Amino acid sequence: MEATRNYFFSDVGVMLGRSMRHIFRSMDTIITVTLTPIAMMLLFVYVFGGALGAGTGNYVNYMMPGIWLMAIASGIAYTSYRLFVDVRGGVFERFHSMPISGSAALWGHVFTSLVSNAISLLVIILVALLMGFRSSAGMLNWLAVAGILALFTLSLTWVAVIAGLKAQSVDGAGAFAYPLIFLPFISSAFVPTDSMPAAVRVFAENQPVTAIVDTIRALLSEQPVGSDIWIALAWCLGILVVAYFFAMRAYRRRAA
Amino acid sequence: MPNNIIEVNGLRKAYKKLEVLKGVDFSVERGEIFALLGSNGAGKTTTIKILSTLLSPDQGVATISGHDVTKQPQQVRAAISLTGQFAAVDEILTGRENLVMIAKLRHLKSPRQIADDLLVRFGLTEAADRRVATYSGGMRRRLDIAMSLIGKPQVIFLDEPTTGLDPEARLEVWKEVKQLSANGVTVFLTTQQLQEAEQLADRIAILHEGRIIAQGTLAELKQLFPPAKKEYVEKQPTLEEIFLAIIGKKEAC
Repeated sequence: MEATRNYFFSDVGVMLGRSMRHIFRSMDTIITVTLTPIAMMLLFVYVFGGALGAGTGNYVNYMMPGIWLMAIASGIAYTSYRLFVDVRGGVFERFHSMPISGSAALWGHVFTSLVSNAISLLVIILVALLMGFRSSAGMLNWLAVAGILALFTLSLTWVAVIAGLKAQSVDGAGAFAYPLIFLPFISSAFVPTDSMPAAVRVFAENQPVTAIVDTIRALLSEQPVGSDIWIALAWCLGILVVAYFFAMRAYRRRAA
Repeated sequence: MPNNIIEVNGLRKAYKKLEVLKGVDFSVERGEIFALLGSNGAGKTTTIKILSTLLSPDQGVATISGHDVTKQPQQVRAAISLTGQFAAVDEILTGRENLVMIAKLRHLKSPRQIADDLLVRFGLTEAADRRVATYSGGMRRRLDIAMSLIGKPQVIFLDEPTTGLDPEARLEVWKEVKQLSANGVTVFLTTQQLQEAEQLADRIAILHEGRIIAQGTLAELKQLFPPAKKEYVEKQPTLEEIFLAIIGKKEAC
């Protein structure tokens, strides 16, 4: 057991290298993940923006956090997909019958999700800069933003792992992400929540996306984050812990 | 060193209420080709999954090289290699990358050299840097078996190695299997083709409805039947023989 523990990082590294090759060889992952949010950005800024953005200043800045979360939500669907293909295709059986550390294959997918989502976000930020996205925030605030986005990605990735392990079909593996992609619409991501009818508003103000969006928005515009950051972190960590627990349980059942 | 590399005693496994294995016993000698013969749903894949540590049995004990498959899975994994029913190769990677990946996961030195050697041995050098998605069924199977050889396992499990292959590719796989055994590797294969077991196996076990109903060498199994009657029959070539003769691959077997 001691020997396999020592190899954990090298095994995960091999797994990461493998799925990063997958991503760079079929760029459609990055393209589909970035295309929808970029289209949304164009649509919201140049079509609806004039009406929606009244009173919010630079609307690209306003919607930026919501667009990021949307991109992450669609990006993690590919983790389910890749995992599903591995489980069904027999590649996982090969890995599991080899003396490699237990969950290295799973962690490989999780790190891949982090890296590929980071790439997608960078592409989106580049496009947003062209559209007039600006932030005066300093290094520390940007690091905090990156940290929250990474944590959000990590927690949703573990949700995606459950879907990838439990799905009965390829379509099913990716379908769970659709509701997640739409969560930003019923939040403060595109319009202030106080414009919404009471029932919708209650949901919007108490779902994770609003807290995360508000936190990132405050960090980027150098406003005080208030309690939002703690609510945002609590949501992310909460989802992470629960999803990790169920993902590992599903994994052990698959592997047992 | 015990002569039996695999020992299986009283293996039982049920999926929910469906009993797949109802007390399976057999043993495999070091260095032999052992065929587990049975029809679809007889429990062959379940047996292989238990032996390769992917599945725990409900009851019974299985050991490989003296290590219990449920209690010492890592030691067992170090001694075995599994080639599953569907070629477990990475389609998006090239043949070479697949081999290098497995060599790295087995923590071996000079993975590139290992990959090169296997590519030569399995006639995949030309296709080495092509994505596996472009490979034929036979090439995929060869790559799959090549990946299983990395790290010099003592036992190789082949789950229906020739299912879905054309006759030519099947002969190639048979040749490889014989080669493995000649090099001292124990080969455990499952098949539903009687001819395959007859061609390859030193010993055969017949798994039927969750139990081993007969095991032994081909000669021993033949003795279970009444002595052969002498009949004079004109030997007609089978379609397979004709096919192989025409395409000029007859010598391969």
